Amino acid sequence: MTVHQSISDDAKPAYNYAYLDEQTKRMIRRALLKAVAVPGYQVPFGSREMPLARGWGTGGIQVTAAIIGPDDTLKVIDQGADDTTNAVSIRRFFERTADARTTEATDEATIIQTRHRIPEAPLKSGQIMVYQVPQPEPLRKLEPHEAETRKMHAWAEYGLMQVKLYENIARFGEVTTTYDYPVMVNGRYVMAPSPIPKFDNPKMQMSPALQLFGAGREKRIYAVPPHTSVRSLDFEDHPFRIQSWEQPCALCGAADSYLDEVVIDDQGGRMFVCSDSHHCETRRAEGHRGAMLADASALHLVEDKP
Amino acid sequence: MQDGNQIHAGFSDPVFQSQGAFRALLAALSEPGLARDLGDAIEAPTGLEPATAVALLTLADYETPIWLPVALRDGPAGAWLRFHCGAALVEEPSRAAFAVIDGAASEPKLASFNAGDDQFPDRSTTVLVQCGGLEGGEAVTLEGPGIAGHRTIAPAGLRPGFWAEVEGNATLYPLGIDLLLVHGTQALGLPRSTQIVGAR
Repeated sequence: MTVHQSISDDAKPAYNYAYLDEQTKRMIRRALLKAVAVPGYQVPFGSREMPLARGWGTGGIQVTAAIIGPDDTLKVIDQGADDTTNAVSIRRFFERTADARTTEATDEATIIQTRHRIPEAPLKSGQIMVYQVPQPEPLRKLEPHEAETRKMHAWAEYGLMQVKLYENIARFGEVTTTYDYPVMVNGRYVMAPSPIPKFDNPKMQMSPALQLFGAGREKRIYAVPPHTSVRSLDFEDHPFRIQSWEQPCALCGAADSYLDEVVIDDQGGRMFVCSDSHHCETRRAEGHRGAMLADASALHLVEDKP
Repeated sequence: MQDGNQIHAGFSDPVFQSQGAFRALLAALSEPGLARDLGDAIEAPTGLEPATAVALLTLADYETPIWLPVALRDGPAGAWLRFHCGAALVEEPSRAAFAVIDGAASEPKLASFNAGDDQFPDRSTTVLVQCGGLEGGEAVTLEGPGIAGHRTIAPAGLRPGFWAEVEGNATLYPLGIDLLLVHGTQALGLPRSTQIVGAR
């Protein structure tokens, strides 16, 4: 009953559609519905062995496998890029096991599985973000025992996190956490937004898209429904700030996107380029040109459409 | 029609019909107050709305005890759920992972179901409330996660005092039961995170 064979006619043994068996999907789906009902709370689930190592996105893959269907278009990004190893592998996994339609265009995707970034293009209602989460427990570095962190969440006892941020300010003059910056969801649960840069935190606030988080090794699923308050923790006299750069993207000239620093020679030369590869390509196609685009195209590092 | 000994078929294409129904349920609970269509993939047993039957076939199995009103439990609906889901049908509402109630009946109260505990609020009951219609009743305004601003709904055929019970459930947050109001093939989500602002 659960073996789905219509993907190809050859006689190779077929996995179930989207790899997971139906019993596992039901279990994950029940966890997802409870996660949506209690935004930011980590729901334990029976994480399965997947055909890639824990830590390579098994949580996100299980969530995507439980929700994906024939009407979906899947985009997978790794550090903002569609063409890096993890993104390519996961995209191919779903092309093979779920016959999935895939895309690199953010606005065409109905499901966007991501490692460490939220796309620059604004998300829309009806889209689902699936985050791959290595450590779902924002308090874990402060309190190693699950029995204790569970009580801290149960009683909304988040003083320890505020103390950690305060000590940062006392020692360095500012909060030095730059990624996986803790957020308060719906005024109740402190949540790890996964290792996205804090630059992306404001995109979660009242996002029109549904956001699902899967941690495979740690066996937790959590969620943020659309239009939900997601506030980065801060202090009145030290408000939350995102990163900024002194120069725009060297390829597309964007001054408002998250930039990666790339070392280009051994003379101390470096360039800053958009981490969201689709955003950068779209802007170049629209005619935006950064300072180093000509050099990069002469060396065939990027395709330049004049 | 179904006679006493016959159990109707379940999904003809379990993989894709349950996937489609799940996405409708996910949308219903992530955007409370918007009715979603679960499709008419199956002929529901007597006593269950089509959306109730589809939702339980999609989500319930041997890990999830189900509570049904006695008349349904002892009738074709109970037999159908035992056969297709392999789920235990329990007598105490507080043991159920899923429950089906008649929105117009005075019992059981929402508070008799499991609201979870403070360390595991996810262990609460999901209650499917079969009501007379998802519009045309008394207007109620909702706010909370999944709702941009406010949203007004007006489900019909609910018992007097139902909305006071829903308000009481919301005050337990993050504990509480999650509701799906169902009628025909449609379901409308009311998770515990949703607040009632302009009742009555």
